Amino acid sequence: MYEVISNALAELDEDIVLDGVKDLFDKGVPVFDILAALQKGMEEVGKKFEAKEYFLSELIMSADVFKEATGLLGDAFTVNASESLGTVVMGTVKEDIHDIGKDIVVTILKCNGFNVIDLGVDVPYEKFIEAIKEHNPQIIGLSCLLTSAFENMKKTIIAIEEAGLRDGRTILIGGGPTDQKVCDYVRADQVCKNAQEAVETCKKIVGVK
Amino acid sequence: MVVVGELINTSRKAIREAVEKRDVQYIQQVVKAQEEAGAHYLDINCGTMVGEEVAIMEWLVNTVQEVTDLPLCIDSPSTEALVAGLELTKADNPMINSITAEQKRFESVLPLIKRYQAKIIALCIEDVGMPETAQDRLRIARDLVAKLEAEGISQRDIYLDPLVKPISAADKYGREVLESIRLISEAFPEVHFMCGLSNVSYGLPNRALVNRLFMVQTMAMGMDGYILDPTNKDMMGALYVATALTGQDKYCRGYLKAHRKGLYS
Repeated sequence: MYEVISNALAELDEDIVLDGVKDLFDKGVPVFDILAALQKGMEEVGKKFEAKEYFLSELIMSADVFKEATGLLGDAFTVNASESLGTVVMGTVKEDIHDIGKDIVVTILKCNGFNVIDLGVDVPYEKFIEAIKEHNPQIIGLSCLLTSAFENMKKTIIAIEEAGLRDGRTILIGGGPTDQKVCDYVRADQVCKNAQEAVETCKKIVGVK
Repeated sequence: MVVVGELINTSRKAIREAVEKRDVQYIQQVVKAQEEAGAHYLDINCGTMVGEEVAIMEWLVNTVQEVTDLPLCIDSPSTEALVAGLELTKADNPMINSITAEQKRFESVLPLIKRYQAKIIALCIEDVGMPETAQDRLRIARDLVAKLEAEGISQRDIYLDPLVKPISAADKYGREVLESIRLISEAFPEVHFMCGLSNVSYGLPNRALVNRLFMVQTMAMGMDGYILDPTNKDMMGALYVATALTGQDKYCRGYLKAHRKGLYS
């Protein structure tokens, strides 16, 4: 049955996924196991996306199906979600209001077991600082689409350093125009070119295979 | 988006020859090709077989249904041929092509819609003739929808055909149809549309291109059904793209599935 769910999610067969999850949940199967099956399906979707067999809208669809499926698990899901792989604080940097890419990464990371604190767009330096203090994330994600926002990306990172909050954390950047050069310029640790790469990078950082 | 496969029509030479020879294999091959290409209904028309239309309609419907479960669209100007075809259809809710607002035609086809719980293609033609303008089409559409609804037929089962005429004959003919789709869908949001495309390009070169672009433009105005050749990859490719662009393809799944099937090289 687990395999049915994983495979159906990998094939984006929404009805089969939802029926399967409902069935297992009604039978009293531990929520943790159902989640594991769903996450395995998400991994398969991720692989297909990487192989260019699936495309962006299908990655988004998989996340929507995942969300709907976990919705069926009710409170049981939220309790288990606290045992996440790790915490990520993420936002689009100051003076940039682009949210599509950032929202996709937030959603996909959540589906893959991360606790993501989404600070939204046009996020002031102080807001990042506060969130890092409050949530103690292993990973910080900065997004931008405007090249003019590179400067604020850099300043955000400097502000994090000056607050003494950089040690022990990894700073990832992403967004349309970002690349290794931008990463070096703003002194981030790594650049992720899409949501799937963000998932894999974050898993590596927190030591999941 | 509803695609009615148009190929089983004896006005096409290859089909006529196959019908004359009772070539089951060829007919069934065309059926399978249309189904695999994504048709939702298959049109069956043997109106050119004067004198033997009823017998051939029966033979065609049986031959077609041996290899497909797709619902059929029984297409004839003759009530007897419609009955012959409908009587044999297996899938629920076949489609009838077509009723018009002409009194005689309306009265002869109406009972068939009820008897076979059919979906109905309603052509914007009235007793005084063919529509010219968008307003003409709206008026006839109002008349048709009102009369059909009065007989208990749901708007959802009505597929209005605004009647497409060749732009080679009058340069406003494309424009008037486009405008009529907008007007009719505003007046009757629940009603569906259906149209053929080849009329629009009659008398012009590069007809396939004209037909394809008219499909895209009509869809942008609200058209949601076409009678076409689903094995025409250029047409179907454009149809999937246009469906996605008009927000009728969740997660672009239809487009992406078509892509994986190799519709776009």
